[in-house]
Amino acid sequence: MKSLLDLISTSDFIYSIFRVTTPLLFASMGAVVSDVAGVPNISLEGLMLIAAFSGMFFSYLSQSALIGLIMALVMAVAFSGLLAFFTLHYKTNIILGGIAINSLASGGTIFFLYLVAHDKGTSISLASKVLPTINIPIIQDLPIVGHIISGHNILTYLSLLAVLFTYYLLKKTALGFHIRAVGEKKEAAESVGINVTKIQAIAILFSGLMCGFGGAFMSMGYVSWFSRDMISGRGWIALAAESMGRQTVLGSALTSFLFGIADALSNALASMGYSSDLVKTIPYFATLIGITIFSVRIYRKSKKIA
Amino acid sequence: MNREKSFNIIRTLFSMVAAILVAFIIIVMVSKNPFESIQIFLLKPLTSKRYIGNIIEAAIPLIFSGLSISLLFRTGLFNLGGEGVFYFSGIIGSILAIWLKLPPILLPLACFTASAIAGTAVMLVPGILRAKYNANEMVTSLMMNSIVLGIGSYILNNILRDPSVANLVSYKYNSDALLPVILKGTRVHAGFLIALLCAALVYVYIYKTRSGYEIRVTGTNPKFAQYSGINVTKVIIMVHVLAGAIAGVGGMVECLGLHRRFEWTGLPGYGFDGCMIAMLANNNPFGVVGASLFVGYLRVGADLVNRSADVPTEMIAILQSLIILLISAEKLLKKYRQRWIEKDVKEVNHEVAS
Repeated sequence: MKSLLDLISTSDFIYSIFRVTTPLLFASMGAVVSDVAGVPNISLEGLMLIAAFSGMFFSYLSQSALIGLIMALVMAVAFSGLLAFFTLHYKTNIILGGIAINSLASGGTIFFLYLVAHDKGTSISLASKVLPTINIPIIQDLPIVGHIISGHNILTYLSLLAVLFTYYLLKKTALGFHIRAVGEKKEAAESVGINVTKIQAIAILFSGLMCGFGGAFMSMGYVSWFSRDMISGRGWIALAAESMGRQTVLGSALTSFLFGIADALSNALASMGYSSDLVKTIPYFATLIGITIFSVRIYRKSKKIA
Repeated sequence: MNREKSFNIIRTLFSMVAAILVAFIIIVMVSKNPFESIQIFLLKPLTSKRYIGNIIEAAIPLIFSGLSISLLFRTGLFNLGGEGVFYFSGIIGSILAIWLKLPPILLPLACFTASAIAGTAVMLVPGILRAKYNANEMVTSLMMNSIVLGIGSYILNNILRDPSVANLVSYKYNSDALLPVILKGTRVHAGFLIALLCAALVYVYIYKTRSGYEIRVTGTNPKFAQYSGINVTKVIIMVHVLAGAIAGVGGMVECLGLHRRFEWTGLPGYGFDGCMIAMLANNNPFGVVGASLFVGYLRVGADLVNRSADVPTEMIAILQSLIILLISAEKLLKKYRQRWIEKDVKEVNHEVAS
């Protein structure tokens, strides 16, 4: 137990929290915006997987990390566009559409991985690129703090900016106001001339963009290759974080960090030979309990009024 | 048959044909001998007893999860917990299948009972939260999937794992627990009969009992159900109990029918497949059997193409997601439906007039 305490009080551990939280932050921001708009996107997992594969593959083809990142974003947005097209135009149920995208991503990426790398496991045989890490001048020279704050992947810093951007988008812009109005009461929004379909499409595409960043981080930052189902539940954790954060930007970001700590802890435990199976369930347990408490509270309130 | 019903059938057929056409396109783009591969994909699964056996084998778990999900969908519930139930009930049942000592027929029965109880317990968490406190069952059931995966892997790693095998698998099941093969020359096991029995029971329950009627009314219009004196809370809990028990037995059937040890290291995917099956079947229990056989046929075809040509089996995931997207697309082909309904109305008017 003492060695565990030693481990988690190191600056390495705190550094790793930022690293594991990065994809959660991106995806949970996507989840917030789509959910607030009334079109809950549950295909975060699949979209990140598609982005992770695209980032790896196109950076290998072009030998440019930037092109890899751009293609990761393009592909994730394209597939979220597919989801938006079916749900908004053909009225496919958004949850079923999400399941379809997840299944498509899980099998489709393995399908293409086999075609390009002749391997159904990983892409290690393809020399793909990684996105650069950034050392912040001055801060990087500080003891401890420098090691924690500086030297992260560029997308880690971007994920923090994404939180601020999403907050600004939803709270301060006309588009954000429209997104909230559409999610709150579709008919009312429509009656004042808001194009509901367009706003919801933008929200789904935005969640695709966020997943694009999150997925690119996985194969071009977190590690330097693609492996099958490498998102391994991060999309679901992000969904949990968004649920626990009560569809708010800051709440979801905070919960993402808490879940990131749980993830870092399970990694640390696993590295010491402990079983991490149960630790991995902490975010889900926490969310389940959170939802329970919240629902019971609302139920009691509504009973009192009645 | 009314127009609405035949329209649903046409949309289903449309999705199935579209999936097969996309399979052709994929094969043509990837395979070196596209025509031969297409022939293998379409016809070879039906050419031998062994392959037909493979189709049935593949359909068995899909029937269970399809039945479970169709009950939930029919009640208007979006519970995606079948995934976790399959896995977790398999783990719990496996404990008995490894260590319990009972005579042949009783042992699998004991395992099924345990797995049905485990499945029900897992399903009841989102079920009760939804029925009593109106908590969104979709989110809570997804959380349960990940929770039971964690608990299940803990049990597998620390209690069930056979250290003498390199892979992560459990100890061998007691051979008395295994389900017998019912078709010689194939691996089709008694689980198929259990699946058919379940489909028949669900059919009788849904269409011939009072409780089944309440489920149908609640699914069509929950407000109306409430006003007409149906206890909706009870209906929702009842449906979750049944869905959990069916999926639970399904998980165990798959373990005892095809494997000699517990072999799943992650969620097996049958829960989400069940959504597709339920939609293809339009929530009809016998439709579930047909849809499962169809998807089983696609899978065996894809597997055979994979073996003889260079087309990865994962092609099937692309076909499945297409089926889900098309079949749940309410507005697809709507123009034609509109025309039909108008024609219907005109006919009725005509009759009334004359």
